[in-house]
Amino acid sequence: MWTWFHKLASPPHFYRTAALLSPWFAVPGLALIAWGTWQGLFVVPMDYQQGDAFRIIYVHVPSAYLSLMAYMIMATGGAIGLIWRMKLSHAVAAAAAPIGAAFTFLALATGSIWGRPMWGTWWEWGDPRMMSELILLFLYFGYMALRAAIDDTAKADKASAVLAIVGVVNVVIVHFSVEWWSSLHQGQTVFKRGTMDADMKTALLIMILGFTLLFGSMLLRRIRTEVLYRERRTRWVRDMILSPKGGG
Amino acid sequence: MNATDRQVPGMLSGLLATAKRDLLLAWKRPGDVLNPLFFFAMVCTLFPLAVGPSAEQLEFSGPGVLWVAALLSTLLSLNSLFLSDFEDGSLDQLLVSPQPLPVLVLGKTLAHWLTSGVPLVIVSPVLAITYRMPMDVVGVMMLTLLLGTISLSLLGSIGAALTVGLHRGTALLSLLILPLAMPIMILGANAVSLAASNDVYTTGIWALGAYAIASISLAPYATAAALRISNE
Amino acid sequence: MTHKLSADNLTLIRGERCLFQGLSFAQESGGLLLLEGRNGCGKTSLMRAIAGMLSLETGQVFWDDKPVEKQRQEFHGALVWLAHRTGLKGDLTLVENLSFESALRAQSSIDVESVYERLGISRLKKLILRSLSAGQQRRVALARMLLADVPLWFMDEPFTNLDREGRALVIELVEEHLAKGGMCVMAAHQDVELEAPVNRVTIQ
Repeated sequence: MWTWFHKLASPPHFYRTAALLSPWFAVPGLALIAWGTWQGLFVVPMDYQQGDAFRIIYVHVPSAYLSLMAYMIMATGGAIGLIWRMKLSHAVAAAAAPIGAAFTFLALATGSIWGRPMWGTWWEWGDPRMMSELILLFLYFGYMALRAAIDDTAKADKASAVLAIVGVVNVVIVHFSVEWWSSLHQGQTVFKRGTMDADMKTALLIMILGFTLLFGSMLLRRIRTEVLYRERRTRWVRDMILSPKGGG
Repeated sequence: MNATDRQVPGMLSGLLATAKRDLLLAWKRPGDVLNPLFFFAMVCTLFPLAVGPSAEQLEFSGPGVLWVAALLSTLLSLNSLFLSDFEDGSLDQLLVSPQPLPVLVLGKTLAHWLTSGVPLVIVSPVLAITYRMPMDVVGVMMLTLLLGTISLSLLGSIGAALTVGLHRGTALLSLLILPLAMPIMILGANAVSLAASNDVYTTGIWALGAYAIASISLAPYATAAALRISNE
Repeated sequence: MTHKLSADNLTLIRGERCLFQGLSFAQESGGLLLLEGRNGCGKTSLMRAIAGMLSLETGQVFWDDKPVEKQRQEFHGALVWLAHRTGLKGDLTLVENLSFESALRAQSSIDVESVYERLGISRLKKLILRSLSAGQQRRVALARMLLADVPLWFMDEPFTNLDREGRALVIELVEEHLAKGGMCVMAAHQDVELEAPVNRVTIQ
């Protein structure tokens, strides 16, 4: 078990494994998304209150879910890197940040588009979920800005890991404080919890699974790039690039 | 030569010595304490100029304006928390001190709170009255500021430690700290608003207190770790 | 009581550059560990790594045969750090600066006044540090080192900003410290002649 773990953590080995693994995430992921989209747009009946507008949840909900998951991966990667001094783990954190930020943005954008017919405005400050999501986006920006400001990679890795860990604690507090705040101001939320019919639920689960797999594939590709960049001066990278096959 | 057998003074004396030194430094450079206060007052002046001086509007926005101004003014003073220590080599001395680093950090943060948070609390009633805040609400506002600035100083110290020694650290510090500090402001400002409308505001106070206790016990470790990383 | 400072297989990478690799040494009480090498070769980095301020790529530092990261507080209680940036506050007076340091450390039986006298800074006690010359500030830093009364001295380029007399004084203080059974780690770009045993570590 441990030898397997250590082998995977070695950059050249990971670089090759990730290349093999990536399509196994991408192909089923895209297939599920295609199926889920078809289900969501054509099979699931129209909502009696929201009409067709609600169909955007098939993008909105998976994005919001991944925005949080990416942050968790980022923080966990940073923590593992700090505690066990595993460099690959920092590379994972660095790779997860922009993808997470992108999904956060997507969640905000789809939420806003959804809000237009519902609230009659592009942005409703009173919605606690949108508010939390926006603060999450700022946390991502802070994380990436800190990384960018520190020249030394090892130092940037460690400093941003501390920030990500502090941020995780904060995400929870943000969630509760924003909920409280919104309850004071009669904030409204678009996404009402309640009855969801079975078709709708299945389609949503398919989309969540598909998005997660796609995210996995994107993450693997970004980690590969990150590893390659970090190891650019090493022998294995040079050997790989100069080899007749030109590197995988 | 049996120095290692001699007893190193307890953590409390390390904490107090660090706090005392920083207070002494602040005493010798009063500008560092006064400038954020002037800034606080000026931000509070901006709002009536921007949104109009109607009594109703001021009364309604007072708690929020004062809290935003307090948050920004604390941010302004945080930038220098570790900067001079980093520049003159004192940070090295703190890092190899026989005292645990989180304790020294707590001492420094205590001094920061006493020279930034507490003066804000003292000055705030004057500005609150100009915003037509009733006296009993002013009391609540001072309490929220007193509790909230503890957490602001401590959270801010993490950001200050992460950005010390970086070029263009100031803008970065704001970017790191503001999202972290938002819950504190939400709790503080809304508790004051609730008090102003004769509602139950104690939830906010309790939450601010809990936040302060949690940050006293956790933030110094994060700050210490960040300082070790930044000073490498 | 004798002490031992040792290191095994130290490797340090800063940015893209490997400063040293597989470096080992052992130093007993009563001797000087002299870190030599060109400017910018990593002497200071090595010293910072030994004191625990830089994280090493590989290897461990031991104090009395125990890894220092397992006994950080004890190790830091046994050492004092003297570097180019003195770590003294320009806005505070000499006495205010040194009393802060002594509040963090174990009580010492050393007579403070005699240390000031010896370093020639008794007259300066009430002055703020900013008003002193660079050489005088160095002497205040030396006073802090003596007053700490600990076995292990770290000295990074201790001769900078000092006149001939000051240099002789530093040598004399180090000799005395070693004779009393102390230990010293020094980074210097010039050679140091001592009567006590000198252990040299050269960084390429």
